[in-house]
Amino acid sequence: MNIVVCVKQVPDTTVVKIDPVKHTLIRDGVPSIMNPDDKGGLELALQLKEKCGANVTVITMGPPQADLVLREAFAMGADRAILLTSRAFAGADTLATSNALAGALKAIPYDLIITGRQAIDGDTAQVGPEMAEHLALPQVSYVVDCEYKGGNNFRVKKETEDGYEILDVEGPAVFTVLASGYKARYMSVGGIVDAFDRQVEIWTEANLDIDPGKLGLKGSPTKVMKAFTKATKAAGQVYEVDAEQAVDVIITKMKEKFII
Amino acid sequence: MNKADYKDVYVFAEQRDGKIQSVALELLGKARVLADALGEKVVAFFPGYKNTESAKELIAWGADKVVVMDAPELEHYLTEQYSQAMSQAIDHYKPSIVLLGATTIGRDLGPRLASRLATGLTADCTGLDISEERELLMTRPAFGGNLMATIMCTEHRPQMSTVRPGVMQKGTKDENRQGEIEAFNPTFDHAKFKVKLVESVKENKGKVDITEAKILVSGGRGVGNPEGFAKLQALADVIGAQVSSSRAMVDAGVMPHEVQVGQTGKTVRPALYMACGISGAIQHLAGMEESDFIIAINKDKFAPIFNVADVGIVGDVHKIIPMLTEKLSKMVVKK
Amino acid sequence: MDFELTKSQKLFQQMIREFAEKEVKPIAAEVDEEEKFPTENIKKLGKLGVLGIPTPKNYGGAGGDHVMYTIAVEELSRVCATTGVIVSAHTSLCEDAILDNGTEEQKQKYIPKLASGEWIGAFGLTEPNAGTDASAQQTMAVADGDDYILNGTKIFITNAGEADVYVIATMTDKSKGNKGITTFIVEATTPGFSIGKKEHKMGIRGSATCELIFENCRVPKANMLGPLGGGFAVAMKTLDGGRIGIAAQALGIAQGAMDETVKYCKERKQFGKSLSQFQNTQFQLADLQTRIEAARYLVRAAAWKKDHGMPFSADAAMAKLFAAETAMDMTTKAVQFHGGYGYTREYPVERMMRDAKITEIYEGTSEVQRMVIAAKLFKK
Repeated sequence: MNIVVCVKQVPDTTVVKIDPVKHTLIRDGVPSIMNPDDKGGLELALQLKEKCGANVTVITMGPPQADLVLREAFAMGADRAILLTSRAFAGADTLATSNALAGALKAIPYDLIITGRQAIDGDTAQVGPEMAEHLALPQVSYVVDCEYKGGNNFRVKKETEDGYEILDVEGPAVFTVLASGYKARYMSVGGIVDAFDRQVEIWTEANLDIDPGKLGLKGSPTKVMKAFTKATKAAGQVYEVDAEQAVDVIITKMKEKFII
Repeated sequence: MNKADYKDVYVFAEQRDGKIQSVALELLGKARVLADALGEKVVAFFPGYKNTESAKELIAWGADKVVVMDAPELEHYLTEQYSQAMSQAIDHYKPSIVLLGATTIGRDLGPRLASRLATGLTADCTGLDISEERELLMTRPAFGGNLMATIMCTEHRPQMSTVRPGVMQKGTKDENRQGEIEAFNPTFDHAKFKVKLVESVKENKGKVDITEAKILVSGGRGVGNPEGFAKLQALADVIGAQVSSSRAMVDAGVMPHEVQVGQTGKTVRPALYMACGISGAIQHLAGMEESDFIIAINKDKFAPIFNVADVGIVGDVHKIIPMLTEKLSKMVVKK
Repeated sequence: MDFELTKSQKLFQQMIREFAEKEVKPIAAEVDEEEKFPTENIKKLGKLGVLGIPTPKNYGGAGGDHVMYTIAVEELSRVCATTGVIVSAHTSLCEDAILDNGTEEQKQKYIPKLASGEWIGAFGLTEPNAGTDASAQQTMAVADGDDYILNGTKIFITNAGEADVYVIATMTDKSKGNKGITTFIVEATTPGFSIGKKEHKMGIRGSATCELIFENCRVPKANMLGPLGGGFAVAMKTLDGGRIGIAAQALGIAQGAMDETVKYCKERKQFGKSLSQFQNTQFQLADLQTRIEAARYLVRAAAWKKDHGMPFSADAAMAKLFAAETAMDMTTKAVQFHGGYGYTREYPVERMMRDAKITEIYEGTSEVQRMVIAAKLFKK
């Protein structure tokens, strides 16, 4: 079985801070990590590899530094790594990104394509399904469990708001995985020692089977018009009032914050 | 593509087991505002099975027209079935705007459709507006909520967006509203159905993970005992919150360790943290001061919790919480 | 000259730090409180290759180096000194001892099991009457056919009871003093070998520290590690390497205490200011962080020299001496900065201060390190 896992290098948003004066993101010192849901997806691929034998290819689109997540993937057990990097990909929204990835996937053998549900920097959850559509493949998103049933067949568990669904899927297919379903393994020390001696293939738009007009900023129907930070916290106010008034204060504040 | 061919604000009216989802009504509320700004109509796409009857409800909540797709293929949500129906409907009706709920269904279907229609989609919007040029302004959080971005899709139609449940306000229900109900019969290509639903399981997700909770009602020494925590639980039930605890109450055996907030417990970052009878020892603050909004109730007006609270109430939790619960439960029912 | 870690070393640091934060830190207090050997985590570390970092791949190791090994011990000790010393004693005192001194047969037999963590290793030199003065060994090994028969007692042995294989120093010829010492590899299942009293310690309480008892314990001659009468050299060389590990442990404890103190001083407000805004805080912590960084360079330089086959005995002694004293000062100050809270088990600095003390004592006290350093100074 050939499994391709699409991963993204993201800033660790849990440590991103806002400059309290300039209201901008402080990116200095924010580590870059493999997106957690993608890492869960890689874990699923590696588990399938252990159970039924598979060749696991990892692909990422990003700047040259994104090489590091591919080294990490090697150290976790991936067999092949491809870095899509070119100025032509810059400024891509989810549709252009999905077009680039789909273009690359057309040049790689696959029986199963796995990616994370969403990336923690954008949180859109769109690239996986958009890519599946370009490739005319079935998709299951929010996957927390997956069992290979032989042939082209998979049985997956999809998490929903109020429970889960069990779905039978005829592959090849695209699964988007939740990190909560697959706790990713650590890199092995031996894998780390070898990771930088292995070859990461560098691909540009020249390697892709895609109309260049569908890539990068040009291929992006959505444009970010402005970015801003949320208003900083106003100094708190303390109310010394009777219980009834206190209840009103709380309800008013909850309404202001759209909590109720 | 000629932009002028596309008009009206469309909503994907999500149903599950035949029940129209609350987010669909919220979208209608917002669509109404947007359509009025544009001088256009609000239309609901309503795929399902044997659902024609309930289309009226969508009219009552603000739709001018409902496009009903009633087919056995659409009984349960499955990506390809719904994508086929919805993309045909969009091709046919040419909406200017399509809004979907950012649910596990909307977030699965939305990108599939956007890709099929080669248009833009903006995920998880918290704000929608119309620009002076009559374009849709879509505002959403990014970088884990650290940043907001306003996004436009000026060269492609429809302009598509998913919207987080609970963010938009529903309109007022009016059973006497008049509207048009129209059937649309998509043709299905069964050869493309590669995913079969084996079973759909509803579970009462009682899993307590306070780090995932959007609202935490947290109790400390001032709450005191299991009876006190029962009051917090009653409030939590009304507003869809979870109950957490300070270390003191965990050590006292009143609450389990997995709901402890603080240095030796968990670090939480909910949209609302209600600190009830918690003094705010430094080790507690370490676990919750990053919360988006903090309301603190404490008898002691010098309690350090008031230093980090957005709203501080000097008072007795045992009085205030039951009153708050009662008042809120009436409001929620009214809603 | 290059002061940067290599790409592999950096990636390894990322991995082991994540492991420490997610797997080790959450149970560190429990391990200490209940004197619990962290068996599960040690197994996981073994699976990942952390119990054979500098071990060549052909013996089942990770094929890394001793700099990586110090990073592992530092990062683990930063959150749990117990876990740090278990890895250190296993790797430096047993695995490295066999790798550096063993026959090909011995290496084939023991190293893959040790590197994978299937077996845990330990080292026995100290006796009730032979601490710093190793030549006073009273554990006797007497040749008998193809075997040696061991009799005697070792004390304060790290990993004892948990380990499957021990490197043991014995006296084979009392008349020759240090030249009469011979080391053996003893498997835990050998008849006549047993575990005695378990120590209840001030710190590193989750690491097993016990007495070893040899009663007519019959060990095959093939298990002699190094030449007959060469045990003193084997033991001293092994301890040199071990000191790098303990220095890394001390470094980790110091950095962990610093991390906690910085966090606390940012949060804790007194007189309307956070502690971090007081110049006294800033100056004291600046001095301590400078010492921690200096310790880190000493530790990595010693490891680097070992990796490059250079003499490192004095370097290891300096690293251990300096890192251990830094750890003790840092943790004491950390408790002081935490005030009353620091004296309670609510905050980890209390444990760290107890853990730090042993680094000035075991694998050669600070006084012994000074002797080693001075001996080199005055050798010429």
